Amino acid sequence: MSNTDGNPNYGVVPSPDTAAYPGDVLATLRADAELIMARYPRARSALLPMLHLVQSVDGYVSPRGIELCADLLGLTGAEVSGVATFYTQFKRHPNGTYTLGVCTNTLCAIMGGDEIWASVSEYLGIGHDETTQDGQVTLERIECNAACDYAPVVMANWEFFDNQTPASTRALADDLRSGAPVTPSRGASRVCSFKQVSRVLAGFTDGLADEGVGAGPASLAGLRVAKQAKVERHLNLDGKAQK
Amino acid sequence: MSTQLTPILTRFWDDPQSWTLATYERHDGYKALKKALTMPPAELVQMTKDSGMRGRGGAGFPTGMKWGFLPAPDGGPRYLVVNADESEPGTCKDIPLMMAAPQLLIEGVAITSFAIGCNHAFIYLRGEVVHVYRRLLRAVEEAYAAGYLGKNILGSGFDLEVTVHAGAGAYICGEETSLLDSLEGRRGQPRLKPPFPAVAGLYARPTVVNNVESIASVPAILLHGASWFAEMGTEKSTGFGIFSLSGHVANPGQYEAPLGITLRELLEMAGGMRDPKHKLKFWTPGGSSTPMFTDAHLDVPLDFESVAAAGSMLGTRALQIFDDTVSVVRAVSRWTDFYAHESCGKCTPCREGTFWMKQIMERLEHGKGTQDDVDKLLDICGNILFRSFCPLGDAATSCVTSAVQYFREEFEAGMHTSAAELFPPAASTLFAKETVSA
Repeated sequence: MSNTDGNPNYGVVPSPDTAAYPGDVLATLRADAELIMARYPRARSALLPMLHLVQSVDGYVSPRGIELCADLLGLTGAEVSGVATFYTQFKRHPNGTYTLGVCTNTLCAIMGGDEIWASVSEYLGIGHDETTQDGQVTLERIECNAACDYAPVVMANWEFFDNQTPASTRALADDLRSGAPVTPSRGASRVCSFKQVSRVLAGFTDGLADEGVGAGPASLAGLRVAKQAKVERHLNLDGKAQK
Repeated sequence: MSTQLTPILTRFWDDPQSWTLATYERHDGYKALKKALTMPPAELVQMTKDSGMRGRGGAGFPTGMKWGFLPAPDGGPRYLVVNADESEPGTCKDIPLMMAAPQLLIEGVAITSFAIGCNHAFIYLRGEVVHVYRRLLRAVEEAYAAGYLGKNILGSGFDLEVTVHAGAGAYICGEETSLLDSLEGRRGQPRLKPPFPAVAGLYARPTVVNNVESIASVPAILLHGASWFAEMGTEKSTGFGIFSLSGHVANPGQYEAPLGITLRELLEMAGGMRDPKHKLKFWTPGGSSTPMFTDAHLDVPLDFESVAAAGSMLGTRALQIFDDTVSVVRAVSRWTDFYAHESCGKCTPCREGTFWMKQIMERLEHGKGTQDDVDKLLDICGNILFRSFCPLGDAATSCVTSAVQYFREEFEAGMHTSAAELFPPAASTLFAKETVSA
């Protein structure tokens, strides 16, 4: 799509959101960006979290967000865009309220990730990095998300859904689209929106850290075996476990 | 005598609210830091050297030696950066560790920072695990409130600030110099070494980059002693580590054991293969970047030296187990897609090589390979290996060359028959297991 409005196009095609930020939104963004920059000895280190912050407002890395980061960090728009386009979590077009990511790296794929992907992609009628017409779900094939002992794994807005099946993932997609409550296997009590999660990734807490389990069953598999074998007694590590 | 599991880092993960400071303090939390603050920093570096601990992030470089490489203080800042970008396919130990017991890492960060003279430490977490980020932010908050971080920690005069930073999705950022570039707000691309990060790392200042599990092991070493640690494991691969079993095993999960344990022993603890009718076909000792093993390697001690002697690398102890329902060509084809996708584009052998390998693997997977595809594949691997800027290129060749070594006939079958025809994918899935056992 050609760009006819005279604004630079940083690879955002189409770039639907070219209006300037309203004054109050801009003031909040600037204040938050200052807080992020203050965490680092050098301001440019704040760029990745600032791009997460832009996504928390615009739902993607918008041209105006790129300009804002460039302005605050003394960079050019091209430099900011060059960074943003390097990382898969930074979206070049508006994301759905929920990113549904199916791991199709080798281990998950073989354990059923390929079947899950084929099923949910057909069910929703969309492919990789495409969004349902209601704007609710963006589907992604994702790479290994460090939960191989729970394969096949599906992530909803970067919360873990372990040991999934095609049917469970289709149901998850339905619930996300209808707004029915869904609970990750290991995570907060609910799945927050893409914008809310982006704000957390910018380093602003949402008070949900104490929700959910410490460890899922697979994470404890070895500990359970060890406890049965009572090896802790020999290790003499944990006073309470010894008696 | 068979090897026993050694739950040390994992010992209280089953505690309700295992992630809180209160739970951690009930399990000796921050006792090690209190002890560290009374010691000369050089003694802590020596202790870590004496423990023999080798980095737990894959490369296995001795942790204490890394600390010792920092030049003498010049009055300017020195940094500790924790590599929490766990993304190596099959690797799933640091993420559960930080979800269940983030305080272990924070205490390790505080002790290490004191040892190396760092007043601002960073934890670079991959961005795709939001709840783990919440837990780390909360852990840091609690540690500040309790006086374990911040100004004048526990009255020692030592100041430490900790910033937990979320990445944004890029496997290459697990490579330490790419991670540093990313942390500086740039594209995550590797730097030419030397200079090594110890000399010119974050902001070109002396920097130690260590893996999560390495740093989280420091408090236990300090509490129990370097010799306690060194007595576990083997002579040159000391201590314990988390072994992550995944795939076609009855009880996949995290098994913390001394280095040198074998897959045969681990499989026994994990209930054996998921279906006794299917035997072990191939497995990775340390993630997809380490050359694969077969059932001939069940008794290889999983320590750095023994695994290397058998032709692979211990890596991250990510044991991905595949039974005989699985097409090795399909597995390698998908890993090749991954390396092509994650190649950062900086150097030609890796960027172009993975691009061509991906196309050949796709042909072979679909039974459309040509007569010279297998040799061409090996030739491309030869042009990538040791000719790339960073280990990502080397890693992309490992699964291909090892798979051809052990299963060449399966690759040759790719000239006429598709992987799906030879090995129907449905038989390998988790749900297939459910149908069988139901």
